[in-house]
Amino acid sequence: MKRALIPFAIFIIMVGFLFKGLFLNPREVPSPLVGKPAPAFSLPRLDQAEKTFAPKDMLGQVWLFNVWASWCGACRDEHPILVALAKSGLVPVVGMDYKDTPLDAKQWLDERGNPYLLSAVDADGRVGIDYGVYGVPETYVIDKAGVIAYKQIGPVTVEALRNDILPLVKRLQAQ
Amino acid sequence: MIPEIGHFSLILALLVALVLGSFPIAGAARGNTVWMGLARPLAGLQFFLIAFAFFCLAYAFAAKDYSVVYVANNSNSQLPLQFRIAAVWGGHEGSLLLWALILSVWTLAVGLFSKHIPDDMRARILGVMGLISVGFLLFMLMVSNPFDRLMPAALDGKDLNPLLQDPGMIFHPPMLYMGYVGFSVAFAFSIAALLGGQLDAAWARWSRPWTIMAWVFLTVGIMAGSNWAYYELGWGGWWFWDAVENASFMPWLVGTALIHSLAVTEKRGSFKAWTVLLAICAFSLSLLGTFLVRSGVLTSVHAFATDPGRGVFILAFLVVVIGGSLLLFAWRATSVGRGGKFAVISRESFLLANNVLLAVAALSVLLGTLYPLFLDALNLGKISVGPPYFDAVFAPLMAPAVFLMGIGPIARWKDAALPELAVRLRWAFAISVLTAITLPLILGNLTPMIGLGLFLAFWVFASSAELVYQRLRKSEGGLLARIRANSRSWWGMVIAHLGIAVFVLGVTVVKGFESEIAVKMNPGDVAHLAGYEFTFDGVESRNGPNYTASHGQIHVSKNGVLRTVLEPEKRLYTVTNMPMSEAGISPHLIHDLYASLGEPLEGGAWSVRIYHKPMVEWIWFGCLMMAFGGLLAILDKRYRLHAHAKNAVPKKGRSA
Repeated sequence: MKRALIPFAIFIIMVGFLFKGLFLNPREVPSPLVGKPAPAFSLPRLDQAEKTFAPKDMLGQVWLFNVWASWCGACRDEHPILVALAKSGLVPVVGMDYKDTPLDAKQWLDERGNPYLLSAVDADGRVGIDYGVYGVPETYVIDKAGVIAYKQIGPVTVEALRNDILPLVKRLQAQ
Repeated sequence: MIPEIGHFSLILALLVALVLGSFPIAGAARGNTVWMGLARPLAGLQFFLIAFAFFCLAYAFAAKDYSVVYVANNSNSQLPLQFRIAAVWGGHEGSLLLWALILSVWTLAVGLFSKHIPDDMRARILGVMGLISVGFLLFMLMVSNPFDRLMPAALDGKDLNPLLQDPGMIFHPPMLYMGYVGFSVAFAFSIAALLGGQLDAAWARWSRPWTIMAWVFLTVGIMAGSNWAYYELGWGGWWFWDAVENASFMPWLVGTALIHSLAVTEKRGSFKAWTVLLAICAFSLSLLGTFLVRSGVLTSVHAFATDPGRGVFILAFLVVVIGGSLLLFAWRATSVGRGGKFAVISRESFLLANNVLLAVAALSVLLGTLYPLFLDALNLGKISVGPPYFDAVFAPLMAPAVFLMGIGPIARWKDAALPELAVRLRWAFAISVLTAITLPLILGNLTPMIGLGLFLAFWVFASSAELVYQRLRKSEGGLLARIRANSRSWWGMVIAHLGIAVFVLGVTVVKGFESEIAVKMNPGDVAHLAGYEFTFDGVESRNGPNYTASHGQIHVSKNGVLRTVLEPEKRLYTVTNMPMSEAGISPHLIHDLYASLGEPLEGGAWSVRIYHKPMVEWIWFGCLMMAFGGLLAILDKRYRLHAHAKNAVPKKGRSA
């Protein structure tokens, strides 16, 4: 009788986790960075390795900072949405190619289209640490003063864009 | 009006299911034959009502009724009719309706083909299935009604996700659900047996064909999904260890264990409690899969809209069904006898080892799928578990299982002699080791994984050949008579096992020897891969019913001789403004040539990705062989009705 109860016990423990899981959002991680200035860096550009990019180059504009990589599966889902966003011209998107090889990354963009104003290359992931990158892709909304206003963990979805990101961008652009 | 009739029909179905889930079970407990007799007609009525509701929803899609929320969200006036119909299960509410419909189909089928089963047993089986149906119908009517109206009506629909606008959408979900839901029959048989205290060889014989049938559907469903991903996602992968794929794979693993365990229970009377537990687990994992997909606790490409209210409902339902049945198991299973004894080296032992390996494999997939959730719930951070984990865990578990597959069918029941087995299998072993080493050397790529994969595949081929040869040699008459002398279920087993070998061979070769290039091509450019020349002829615009497409043409030739033409396509679906690529594939027994279009570049050039995938079709062909083997097993003589009449147990006086 006691041994036969083991499957039941395992199941009950699992239910506890599943119940807790219902009230967690797997796509959302509270970021301590929201409300703080975007960490400064200077990284080479993917298209022109001799030039560099720094967040302060974007001061005065509201922009999206999207961390991506050619090895990242979820980026494939997200990519067409970013391409469509770039075509709409609503907000500039700067990419950061994370722990990737430039050759793969360029090829990836050639195949799928390049939605980015430019991409910075974070080959060793050092800048990713400053930004608290949990996993790729992640997207930050950064305001005119260079302060992080929002962080999206995981792919940008059509819903997230419509309901959260674009309304926020419009509000920040009007400021 | 039609949607309201459909809604009403669902409410009636719920009432019928409530009666089906209560009176026949109570009747079986009290010996009331009238109450027990209600089960079969109610199963028919329930099927009719749910099928009618399903028809109403399909009609709303076909008639483009955008005053129904679900229709407006999942179709569009430009969507072709076949996809408008398939869109019925393109979203959350409709796929639940499909679930309920398929459950009612299985219930009806059990009602029709169970004349040989004692009345009380049948009443309990149908009653348990009725209770499951109650849960799903309640869920639909309370929080996921597909017939909800939209006021005011939408002018046009938001369109079905373009990813789903594919013939795969028409077959894959219904097949998969037939498998998933089919395990409810094995589950209901087990619960009925626990309730009635009737766990015996007859019970195993009754539930075997149903279990194998569900397993066949699930095998074909998973295969169709994998094949769909291969040609639709445009980068040549065929399995992604996505949470939802795992959700369908876990019941398959446990179902496979269940089929084998049922064989032992039927033939030798052993493993009874274990068999019952597997039957409960197979269906529980199907339900868990539904929960994972519907509740949004995990991120996945397959996941539909997140709604904690729905999640809480399904979780409560899981607790009642799974928790209840596991408690019942704990209470009743200990009274089950131990069955026949067997030695350490015997077919029973080999099957037990296979069962344990499959169950552990299912557990490790479950762990990998839920691990991110566990960590998150314990505030230990967020991580994702990807293919590296599954590849690392899965291969070491499956390799010994496949190895045992070569020995198990040759070993005798009860007590087998190791030296005799070694003598019988020595040639098979030698051939497979030799092949595993020489073949990769000839092809120029020997790695441990390729060697292991080839060894396992040829081990199964060779040991099956030995098995078949010995069996045919012992039989008498001409070749056909010798083939006939062995039962269909035995041949089914051989073919399903060979299917595994074909599958393993396909996976090994494609992983070890595939090659790909990504190139920028102007019209007229030639790319080279695997000895073929790929000439890009450029693209032309083509318009589909609801998309615009750039249709590419690539001529493939070898040594100047034209071999095939690949036609990859890049589509833009106009309503959702979503791009989709359709790969151009030339499937072949030896290898697939696969091309997909990337993005248009300046001056009419395109980025093109070309793959050479040797023996990739064997992966799916192997799955089809497994399914065919299962079908043969079901057609075995001993499951036919007249055979049952002879073997049937006395109808009364068997309850414990």
